Amino acid sequence: MSRKIGRSTEDEITLEARNVQKYFPLKMGFFKTLMSKSVPVVHAVESVSFKIKEDEVFGLVGESGCGKTTTGRLLLRLIDPTDGKIFFKGIEVTSLSDREMRRMRRKMQIIFQDPYESLNPRMSVFDIVAEPVRIQKIAKKESEVHERVVRVLEELDLTPPEEYIYRFPHELSGGQRQRISIARAFILRPQFIVADEPLSMLDASIRSEVANLLIGMVKRLHVSFLYITHDIALARYICDRIAVMYLGNIVEKGPTDDIIRKPQHPYTEALLAAVPVPDPTARRTEIVIKGEVPSAVNPPSGCRFHTRCLYAWDRCKKEEPKLLPTEENRLVACHKYKYGHLK
Amino acid sequence: MYFKTMRGYVKAVDDVSFQVNKGDALGLAGESGCGKTSTALTILRLLPWNGEIFGGSILFDGKDLLKLDKERLRKDIRWRRISVVFQGAMNALHPNKTIGNQIMEPVISHEGVNREEAKERAASLLDLVGIGASKADRYPHELSGGMRQRTMIAMSLACNPDLVIADEPSTALDVIIQAQVLKVMKELQEKLDLSIIMISHDLSMIAEMCNNVAIMYAGKIVEYGDIVSILRTPVHPYTEKLIAAFPSIIGDKKDLASIPGFPPDLLYPPPGCRFHPRCPYAMNVCKIKEPQISDTGGANHFVACHLVTGK
Repeated sequence: MSRKIGRSTEDEITLEARNVQKYFPLKMGFFKTLMSKSVPVVHAVESVSFKIKEDEVFGLVGESGCGKTTTGRLLLRLIDPTDGKIFFKGIEVTSLSDREMRRMRRKMQIIFQDPYESLNPRMSVFDIVAEPVRIQKIAKKESEVHERVVRVLEELDLTPPEEYIYRFPHELSGGQRQRISIARAFILRPQFIVADEPLSMLDASIRSEVANLLIGMVKRLHVSFLYITHDIALARYICDRIAVMYLGNIVEKGPTDDIIRKPQHPYTEALLAAVPVPDPTARRTEIVIKGEVPSAVNPPSGCRFHTRCLYAWDRCKKEEPKLLPTEENRLVACHKYKYGHLK
Repeated sequence: MYFKTMRGYVKAVDDVSFQVNKGDALGLAGESGCGKTSTALTILRLLPWNGEIFGGSILFDGKDLLKLDKERLRKDIRWRRISVVFQGAMNALHPNKTIGNQIMEPVISHEGVNREEAKERAASLLDLVGIGASKADRYPHELSGGMRQRTMIAMSLACNPDLVIADEPSTALDVIIQAQVLKVMKELQEKLDLSIIMISHDLSMIAEMCNNVAIMYAGKIVEYGDIVSILRTPVHPYTEKLIAAFPSIIGDKKDLASIPGFPPDLLYPPPGCRFHPRCPYAMNVCKIKEPQISDTGGANHFVACHLVTGK
């Protein structure tokens, strides 16, 4: 399922995030807001940079609260970043007006996680899938809208389409619903799609079916795809490259297979060790790190992972590690690699 | 122990048999709607009002739970002998009570001890699951998901049961926290010599936790036996597909298999083998005759499929 990743840097970049940052003000009571000098903020995304090439599936992997969903939404400007820039095909998305942004969304779409909540229960399948076409006023005639809807449903194996277009979401199974939301994202033939955990709510047997369909669509239509997930095992089958996030920062970035075979950041290592394996005889290294993700309101100083890291030393508490190359196509933010292993 | 179960209008659980020995962990695996949770609820007779048990027996220590009167079942069996960790347990805690008090509740009502003693028990249970007795005065909202889940586990152990039924004990949790919870459960199982029935759609989790597994499809057990044998050499086509549908981070990358079609409507389950409409190897006999669960020849490995048991 993996495709070759172009080696030259001149490859067409579809999307670039440059030091994107997002702080959310913490909700407090009225009185507290008056009395305190500064509003505490949640450091949801600290500083995230990556490029997604044409035709590439890029994965953002991490636990809940690591900022991966926020990053996905920032890219489409569903929320505005606190700092940093986002480029789509060389155009700076972050400086577009709302009206320009709306036009831009023809080319940028999103698939949400929950197929039970992201479809309007009062709209028929036809209306749900046709909505983007109508909003963007792309079709001249209603028959053209119909044609487009039928085609995209067929592409997603919802055949015959006539059987589905008059139904309502509650008449469909979870897998079918998720295919409807995928159809909605693909109907405008976008060049870039963000998929926020599109498979996590589905059962294993249905999940692999939808995953294969999704990948087929992405490949066939040459879409740049950002796949957000907590499931690193599934990411292996879907993504060409992944970035592992922890508390608002990318800690490791590289080709999916390389990272899974040989994780370099201690967090990635722990994350991989925690993934259950469907093989009872498999002997694995047991690294179960203690504790839970610290609060993003007061993130730890220095390396944000040092409070749970098995290798942390003094420097990790003071100095924040930068994302540096450790080998070809691989970036890791850990002092271990810059200063050598001190243990 | 030996379980034999029911026959319903919606044939949620149909002629299911398995046994769990002391200190054993059995996994019940299958897609949603296959009857895993209903099986668990049947064991404790916790079915909703429209659930009816039509036949079979549930033998626990030689006693048939289905013949026991309700009051006895509540007093003597639930909590004290068999306890449950429910699905989405993190939301099953009472929001206005401290976790210490919630753990004390079953202890007081089932063992008739005084508050002081119950409090001590609660404290030691919290220590046991790695939360720490100092957190007994916290309310559920002050705890993270993983800690709430561990509180539920502590609670299920409150009256020293012999069997714990865990229904999707860690599905809503992140991988690292999930690994922590599984580790706690595994350690406790060894320490307390518990029997566990773990219900999950996630085969990989069952592989980590259990020594036996029953694969369910449309209310029936299609394959049952030793976990290594089943995951290594699955015999039933459904099991085979289900395993292939799971992504794994070890070994070579294979394409993800999928099972075409949908699980059947259990109001009108298909005749013969319930999997035949989706089965790539279906023969004529599969449409007519229901396969019986029988030995595959391997040690502790049973399957219900005409392919194996002869044409």
